[in-house]
Amino acid sequence: MAADAPAPAAPGGGTGRERNDGLWLTVIWLVLSIAGCLVVYFVWGPHLPPGGMSDSAASQQFDNRILGTVATPVVIGVLLYFGWALAFWRQKPGDETDAAPIHGNTRIAATWITVTAAIVLGLAVFGTYELIAPAGAGGGEGPQPIWKPNSSTILQVQVIGQQWAFTYRYPQFGGFETTQLELPAGQPVAFNVTSLDVIHDFWAIDLGVKADANPGVNNVAYTTPRHTGTFTVRCDELCGLWHGAMFDYGKVVSPAAFQAWARTTETRLASMTAALPPYSLTYDPTQISTLGKVPAELGLTGAGGGYYNPADPEQP
Amino acid sequence: MAIETQPESAQTPGGREPGPMPRQRPWWLRPAFHTAIIGAVIGYVFGHWLGNFIASGYQQGAKAGTNDFAIILGYVFGVIGWLAGLGVFNELFMQMTGRRVARSDEGLVGDLARYFRYSLDHKVVGIQYLVGMLVYFFTGGLFAMAIRTELLSPTYHVLSANAYLMVVGEHGTMMMMMMTSVIVGPLGNYLVPLMIGAKRVAFPRLEALSFWLTPCAYIILLSSVLFGGFPTGWTGYAPLSIQAGEGMDGYAVAFAIMGFSVILAGFNLICTIICYRAPGMRWSRLPMFVWAMLTTSFLFVLAVPVLIGGLYMLITDRTAQTAFYVNQLGGSNYLYEDLFWFFGHPEVYILALPGFGIVSEIIPVFTRKPLFGYKVAAAGMFGVAILSFFVWQHHLFDSGINPDMRPLFMLTTELISIPTGFIYLVAMGTFWKAKLRLTTPMLFAMGMYVNFLFGGISGVFLSDVPADVTAHGSFFVMAHFHYTIMGGLIFAFFGAVYYWLPKMMGIRLNQTLGKIHFWTMFIAFNSTFMPLFAVGELGQPRRVFEYARSLQTLNDWVSISAFCLGGSLLIFVFNFVMSTVVWRERETGNPWQARGLEWQVPSPPPPHNFERIPVVLAGPYEYGDPSALPVADLNPPAGVIAGALVGAGTESRSSAGTEA
Repeated sequence: MAADAPAPAAPGGGTGRERNDGLWLTVIWLVLSIAGCLVVYFVWGPHLPPGGMSDSAASQQFDNRILGTVATPVVIGVLLYFGWALAFWRQKPGDETDAAPIHGNTRIAATWITVTAAIVLGLAVFGTYELIAPAGAGGGEGPQPIWKPNSSTILQVQVIGQQWAFTYRYPQFGGFETTQLELPAGQPVAFNVTSLDVIHDFWAIDLGVKADANPGVNNVAYTTPRHTGTFTVRCDELCGLWHGAMFDYGKVVSPAAFQAWARTTETRLASMTAALPPYSLTYDPTQISTLGKVPAELGLTGAGGGYYNPADPEQP
Repeated sequence: MAIETQPESAQTPGGREPGPMPRQRPWWLRPAFHTAIIGAVIGYVFGHWLGNFIASGYQQGAKAGTNDFAIILGYVFGVIGWLAGLGVFNELFMQMTGRRVARSDEGLVGDLARYFRYSLDHKVVGIQYLVGMLVYFFTGGLFAMAIRTELLSPTYHVLSANAYLMVVGEHGTMMMMMMTSVIVGPLGNYLVPLMIGAKRVAFPRLEALSFWLTPCAYIILLSSVLFGGFPTGWTGYAPLSIQAGEGMDGYAVAFAIMGFSVILAGFNLICTIICYRAPGMRWSRLPMFVWAMLTTSFLFVLAVPVLIGGLYMLITDRTAQTAFYVNQLGGSNYLYEDLFWFFGHPEVYILALPGFGIVSEIIPVFTRKPLFGYKVAAAGMFGVAILSFFVWQHHLFDSGINPDMRPLFMLTTELISIPTGFIYLVAMGTFWKAKLRLTTPMLFAMGMYVNFLFGGISGVFLSDVPADVTAHGSFFVMAHFHYTIMGGLIFAFFGAVYYWLPKMMGIRLNQTLGKIHFWTMFIAFNSTFMPLFAVGELGQPRRVFEYARSLQTLNDWVSISAFCLGGSLLIFVFNFVMSTVVWRERETGNPWQARGLEWQVPSPPPPHNFERIPVVLAGPYEYGDPSALPVADLNPPAGVIAGALVGAGTESRSSAGTEA
């Protein structure tokens, strides 16, 4: 995949020609690659998605920068090579003869394999480090996360997906449930993502958080918002009719503003919280008799999906 | 274990010497397309009645008035009726009852009717597949046009939400499911026997059956439109697929039938390639395209049964009220995801390897050089095929399954770029100081390398777990696999059609129109899918009909490019129809001065391919080597087969049953 630089050593070439293709290709490739890498890393890199709103987003952006920088010489090399072939290695008019036969070259093949293997293994090590160091890099880690933020004050937020909306519960504030997602800046957040019906996917785009919402499964993802602002939340797993319209917006606010908002909301929704099923990491809609009343009060249109009683074989 | 001697059974289609001509029935009484349709209708009606009869109480929803049992049994019996009407079972019953099996319609070159019959000639099946695959491909393409029309505006909707999901599902499933055979079907079946010097394939009935199942899958998949479509896209994730309406039954049955089709095709090709090679066609002389067909066929028979098992459980969940995928009842949606992707990732390489094979076959001809690193190319294909079974969980990086396995699957996924890199090493080595002939097939081959480069590089981003957290499930993924499959496989497919159509039909496609087709398609393709990488990274999930207003400019650009892409394919349709029906520019020889064994016989090939089994003397890529022997002795003197090993001259010592 990588450098085509070794190619010029191919035997049988070069003799009787004035142009040394290998040298020219190597020089042009080196110049373009160095320029391209610098541009990608320093000019383009800071603007790559998903930005730096949280530590997981920043780590993903860093990954994109590194991968983009590594990919640049490869892309330039292959495109340059085929472009060169198009420009200089064409059949001359009237020349019906074949080209010089080269069946292979063990040294070039070995070099190629070594270089690509080194790059690939390097990227795998880099990716593993970048996965583990920022606590799972914002991806859903399932019910027993193995990479956690090193902090004792993690804000727990439960994300409940259902057709076709997300609601959020804050267990550290009495377990109130709301359609508004607010987070404090600078504090690690654990998203406990679950679903009531089909598979959804909680994608907080600017925060670099993505976790599938599976029915009956708690899927935990971590991030730490770095600065205040709004972010978009979209459902990223096809979940039925209104999947395309399943999005909302969240806010990262200052810790003081968050505390004020959470306390106020907890008080305001106290009566509704009392009607909710007790906070739990997963919910079985067939077991919650009171759930039906709540969505209407929250302004939701209802689940729409086939909730059914396991004891009833009439329903699939 | 190359079999260097002539197989014991006579190599005639059907496995027997042609008997005396039986009494000819009038054409409308002979089993063919029209009787198959009658059989399918009768079968469907019967199955539907049976389903209602045995399971009248089971309904998808209370008072829905629908019964998934009836629909699924209708489909199944419809397929059986279709095959019975086609005459698939006739010879089976004749042999079971001890009657003489004789076929009257074999070998009648120029008889158009045999293309509508259950023909056992691999060349007929190849043409049937070619036409079928083009129909399926353009049907899927029309759905893509509908998707891009809807996405012209972030909020204004041309299609209803349900119609949009239906179109997305039909497009995705049509392309991923029917296109599994896009090269193995038409080109693999047609060319492999010609390339390895055989008069027929190993299992002509399996091969013909594999084709005649594809129209069933196509019709059944389309029929789900009548039931409101299915909302799950081509992945069919449970429990949404269990919740979905009756359209989902069409998805499950059609996918399973297509699965059976490719498994049969795969078995046939594996046995043909291993057992039917001509004397002297050693593994080290096997054309790259045949290597690609062999690896793809192994993926077929190893991966697709898993899909069929998964779909079977989905069907029982939907009908017999099992709960394999229902969490609340003790099942798991992860089970479906695992089963699906254990098939689904090899499937992706099923859609890449044939493309590698085709371009590796085309570039030596038009660079006028031997393939650089023959063994490296074969090893690359095998490496990709083997590794493809160990990467499937990279589709589930954010699903919450097995977080501790992520580094492993990240590693295996990235390892695939090493054998994929072999393919590029081979290409670049072959291009080194070549004498390029920029014919239409060559342009498509080079376009494939350029497109697949972007597809492969973006795949490295997706294999990296942190970067994948953003890219997963977004338009980035969508752009990535369109680059590998459409930019790779479909470009290679069109290159192959331009390259081998003179062989298959004896007719040359117009080269000027071909070049216009290539350049418009190449530019429109890149203009369509390159911006989608950005669209995905900027936060647009797949399969949505509403998106951020800030992304409208990019989406409109993509939509307009996609319409141009559709237009460029119309150039191909025009060229194909005009060249094969109206202009009919004959091309019976070897128009590309290729060394491949398939080009050493007239075009189109005679009924039994070769007068006698040829003796292969040299590899197919010895361009520019004045000392190279001709590729094969097409008319070896009697008795030379046994001595063929000595006849190979310089390589006599190494050829005694050993392979490279």
